[in-house]
Amino acid sequence: MPHQILFIFFGMICVAGAVNLLAQRHPINSALSLVVVMCSLALIYLLLGAEFVAAIQIIVYAGAIMVLFVFVIMLLNAGAEERSRGSRIALLMGIPGVVTLTLLVGWIMINRNHELGGIIISPTNFGATNNIANLLFRDFLLPFEVTSVLILIAIMGAVVLGRREN
Amino acid sequence: MVPLSWYLILSAVLFSLGVLGFLLKRNIITIFMSIELMLNAVNLSFVSFANYWNQNAARAMTNVLPLSGQVFVFFVMVVAAAEAAVGLAIIIAVFRTRETLNVDRVNLLKL
Repeated sequence: MPHQILFIFFGMICVAGAVNLLAQRHPINSALSLVVVMCSLALIYLLLGAEFVAAIQIIVYAGAIMVLFVFVIMLLNAGAEERSRGSRIALLMGIPGVVTLTLLVGWIMINRNHELGGIIISPTNFGATNNIANLLFRDFLLPFEVTSVLILIAIMGAVVLGRREN
Repeated sequence: MVPLSWYLILSAVLFSLGVLGFLLKRNIITIFMSIELMLNAVNLSFVSFANYWNQNAARAMTNVLPLSGQVFVFFVMVVAAAEAAVGLAIIIAVFRTRETLNVDRVNLLKL
């Protein structure tokens, strides 16, 4: 029962933050509500027994990536969003499509509830750091090395794109 | 005990809010943040299915590693970080030439 109360509490904070991201017109307010979403998602990961992922979520997402966003917002001195028409197709097709998709997924999940089962707070501590490290550095060693190349290319791309042209 | 479907429904709701933000917002930085929201929603379903496989590993006769869902979250995070670095550099480059962050005014591929 406390598990369900915690899930509903943090899930509602999560959805409220995401709705606030859409409702705010100034990008810095959207960025701060995205930080709220990421922090409450980290707490939901703790409920799922993924301790290391929760810590990484706070450090990498709420720390590093959002700081990058806030820096760019300050650097460009971004003001409130301008009102403009946008795309009519996005409005007419996008909103009904998204609502239909969400309701469809929710309906399927509720119908298949008994097959999916439930989640208990794991007594075996399976998301511990050493278990993840075993998997990451042994079974997924090649993808792990490839991601370092990806990061290197991204850094070089950011430097080249951000350079002021003479 | 929380049903697995609740986590998946939360993930679907967050993903659709991200899609809505991508479609409706006109500020290029906010559009970028909606993409991060979608990536986070996918991460949530990865982690909940990792927990599901951990509980049902004995019953399911497959050789799926129970924790691989959580390892995939790392790869998604790496892609998100790389995308944020490159994307924000592109935003800065566009802002230098266009002096605007409104996507409706950025209608040429040329910088």
